[in-house]
Amino acid sequence: MLPIIANRLLVAVPTLILVSMLIFGLQKLLPGDPVLAMAGEDQDAQVIATLRVKYHLDQPVPKQYAIWVSDVVHGNLGSSLRTDVPVRFLIAQKLPVTLQLALMAMVLAIGIGIPAGVVSAASRGGPLDHAANIAALSGMSIPNFWLGIMLIFIVSVRWHLLPSSGYVPPSEDLWLSIKTMLMPAFVLGAALGAQLMRHTRSAMLGVLRTDYIRTARAKGLLRGAVVVKHAFRNALIPIVTVLALLFGELLAGAVLTEQVFTIPGFGKLVVDAVFNRDYPVVQGVVLVTALAFIVVNLCADVLYMLLNPRLRRS
Amino acid sequence: MRRMLIAAALALSASAALAQSTIRIGLQDDIGSLDPARSVQFVDRIVFASLCNSLVDVTPDLKIVPMLATSWTTSADGRSMTFKLRQGVKFQNDEPFNAAAVKANLDRYRTLPTSNRKSELSSVDHVEVVDNSTVKIVLKQPDAALLATLSDRAGMMLAPGTLSDAAGVASHPVCSGPYKFVQRVQNDRVVLEKYAGYWDADKYPIQRVVFQPIPDSTVRLANLRSGSLDMLERLAPSDVASVKGDASLQFKPVTGLGFYYVTFNINNGARGNGPLKDKRVREAFELSIDRDAIDQVIGAGIFAPANQGIPKSSPYYNTSLPTTKRDVAKARALLKASGHEHLTIEFAYPNNTVASQITQMLQAMLSESGITLKLRPSDYATELNAGHSGDFEAMYTGWSGRVDPDGNLHQFNTCTGNLNYAHYCNQQVDALLDAARTKLAVAERKADYDAAGKILADDAPIVYLYAQPWPFVLSKKVQGFTPSADGLVRLRGVSVKG
Repeated sequence: MLPIIANRLLVAVPTLILVSMLIFGLQKLLPGDPVLAMAGEDQDAQVIATLRVKYHLDQPVPKQYAIWVSDVVHGNLGSSLRTDVPVRFLIAQKLPVTLQLALMAMVLAIGIGIPAGVVSAASRGGPLDHAANIAALSGMSIPNFWLGIMLIFIVSVRWHLLPSSGYVPPSEDLWLSIKTMLMPAFVLGAALGAQLMRHTRSAMLGVLRTDYIRTARAKGLLRGAVVVKHAFRNALIPIVTVLALLFGELLAGAVLTEQVFTIPGFGKLVVDAVFNRDYPVVQGVVLVTALAFIVVNLCADVLYMLLNPRLRRS
Repeated sequence: MRRMLIAAALALSASAALAQSTIRIGLQDDIGSLDPARSVQFVDRIVFASLCNSLVDVTPDLKIVPMLATSWTTSADGRSMTFKLRQGVKFQNDEPFNAAAVKANLDRYRTLPTSNRKSELSSVDHVEVVDNSTVKIVLKQPDAALLATLSDRAGMMLAPGTLSDAAGVASHPVCSGPYKFVQRVQNDRVVLEKYAGYWDADKYPIQRVVFQPIPDSTVRLANLRSGSLDMLERLAPSDVASVKGDASLQFKPVTGLGFYYVTFNINNGARGNGPLKDKRVREAFELSIDRDAIDQVIGAGIFAPANQGIPKSSPYYNTSLPTTKRDVAKARALLKASGHEHLTIEFAYPNNTVASQITQMLQAMLSESGITLKLRPSDYATELNAGHSGDFEAMYTGWSGRVDPDGNLHQFNTCTGNLNYAHYCNQQVDALLDAARTKLAVAERKADYDAAGKILADDAPIVYLYAQPWPFVLSKKVQGFTPSADGLVRLRGVSVKG
C-alpha cells in the first residue's frame, strides 16, 4: 500500500505546479489592475507607482511567477495586497472555519443521504422510495443561496431559533459554534446529501440484483442483514468515489454559502480577493485548496483498498 | 426567604434595566487596512471614528471643531498653522500624546513609501515642535483644505512607539480614540473595547464595539431584525419601506457629502473622439434624465437629486445653479443640431443591484430622446481600469465625498486630476480650482467655486445624478445616535438599552 501512496504523492507535485501556473496565468487575463483597486477612491498617481514596484507588478508575468514560486518554496506565500496581512496567516485563520463547515455539511449529507439511499433502494417503488426521490430532487434543484436566505428569514428572523450569520470558533463556545454552523451546513449539505442519496440508491440497486445477494436471501438470511452487511459494503466503493469528487463541489458550494451566511472562511476570502485583484491571496488559497483536493482523493484511494482487498494486491 | 426572593427579583430587574455593554454594527464592506497611512476604503473610516482621534473633528453641519488640538491659528500669509494640543491625553498603550507625537505621525504620513496620505499632505513643507503642547505646520503654499484633511486619516494620531513596525500598525493599531483595538478576523469582525484612560471616557457608555462586515444588504437587515446586530449602515433603498413600517427599528437616513454621477469620455484615448465630445450631445443626455423619478422609483426617496459636486450641507453649495429638468423635445433638438439624431453609446457601470437599476432606468429615459445605451456592467476593479485607460464612452460611478469642496471638485475637473477619467481640460477651471485651494476666507473661496461650478455645469464633463445617501437603521434599543453627513458612526453619547 505504501508504494502506491508514495506514487500518488509524486504525481501530486506536477499537478500542483500546473495548477499554480494556471491560476497565475488566468488571473493575469482578468481585466482590472490590482494596484488601481488598492489605491482606493483617490487614485493617487504617486501611490499607484510605488505600489506597482513594491509588489513586482512592473515586471513581466513570467518573472512575477518565478518570484512567487521561489517565495512559496521558501514557505512565504506573500501578503495580501489589500490588508498587508500575510497570506499564510489568513489561510491559518480561515481554513479551520471552512473545514468545520465542510465537515458538518459532510456529516449531514452522509447521515441523511446514505441511509435514505439504502432505504430507498431496499423499498424500490414503494412510498419511501418515492418520498426519498422527491426530497433528493428538491435538494438538488433548490439553489443554495435561495435556500440560505429563506432559512435565515424563517429560522432566524421569524422564529429566533438559530443565529442568522457569522462564525463562533468551537474553542470559544462549542454549542454556539455548532448552532451558528447548523444552517449553513444544512444548506451546503442538502445538495450533496441529495446526490449521495441518488448514487447510493443506484449502487445499491445494482448490487441487490446480483447473484450472491439472491443466494444470501435464499439461505434464509434476514432482509436487514442482507442489505446492510452484504449489499451495502459492496455498494460503498462507488459511493466513496462520489464522496471524494463531491468534496470539490463542497468547496465550490462553500463559496456561495459563506457569502450568504457571512462566514469568514476560505470561500469568502477568495471571492473578496478576486474582486480586489488580491493576487497573492487568490494564489495561496487556490494552492492550498488544490492540495486539499489531492489529499482527499488520496484518502479515497486508501479507502478503496481497505474496502476492497483485491485492490491491495494490484 | 421571601425577602431574599424579592431581593433577587429586584437585582434581576435592575440588571435587565442596565445598559447593554456591547454594540454590534453591520457594515457593507469588509474593512481594508487599519493603518491610517494605508487605508483607502470608506468603511475603514467608520472603524477609525471609534479607534483613533484626529487633530480636529467635523460636526454634522460640517464645522471643524477641536479634537486632539484644542485651538489653532493661521499665520497672516497663510503659510503656517499653529496647533495647541489637548493636555493629559494618552495613547491606548499609555504613551503620552504631545507635539513630538504629532510630528512623528505627520512625518510618517508624508514619507512612508506606501502612504496613501502623501498627496493630501502635499502642501506641508515640514512640521515643527514648538513646545510639548504646541506644534507648527509649515506649508509650501496656503492650503484651505488642510483642516478638513486633518479631520480625517491624515490627522489621526498613532502611538509613536508603534510606528516603526508597519505591519504591526495594520494588524494592531494603537491610537488615542475612545475604543482600543482587540481583535480582527478578516471578513468577519473587528472588535474594539473601551479605553478607560480616554480623556472623554465618561461620554461613552458602550464598553465594546463589534464591527461586522455583511456585504449582502438583505442579510444585513435580517441580522438586525433577528437581533444579531444593533445597527447597520447603508440600507438598500428597496428595503426602506419595510424598515419604516417596522416598529422595532429606527430609520435614520442622512444625505452625505458624495455623489453618483455619469462621466463622459471627452478626450481620453481613442474612444474620446466619439459624439460625446460635442457638448450638445452631453447636454441632451442630461436633458433626458429625470432625477426625481430616479429618487422616487429606485431611491425610495433617499436619492436626493444632485446638480453639482458640492453637497447641500456645505457652506460652499451653489444655490444659484439650476437643476436641469427633463425636456425630451429640447434634447432631441440638441441632438439634431449636433448631427446625431439617433446614436448609440456604450455605458459602463459597476455590477451591483442599484447601479443596474439606475442604468436600466437611464436607458429607458434616454431612448425617448434617441440615445440608445448599450449597457456594459463590470466589477469595480475592471471599471477603474477602463476609467484610467479610457476604455469607455460614458460611465456611471460614485464618490463618497469630502468635507472640503476641494476634495469633491479638484481631482475630477482639473486637467491632470487623478479622477478626471473624461480628460476634460479647461484652463479657466484649473485656475479657479487652484486658486480656491489657497484662499482662506470662505467668501473668497466660494466666489471661485461658484465661478468654476458655472463653467462646469455648462461644459458638462460630468452629469451629477444624486447625492450619496447614508441610510442607517438602528434597533429601538440604541439611543443617542445622530447620523452625520460624512457617513461615520460616532459613538459619543450612544447607548444600548438591554
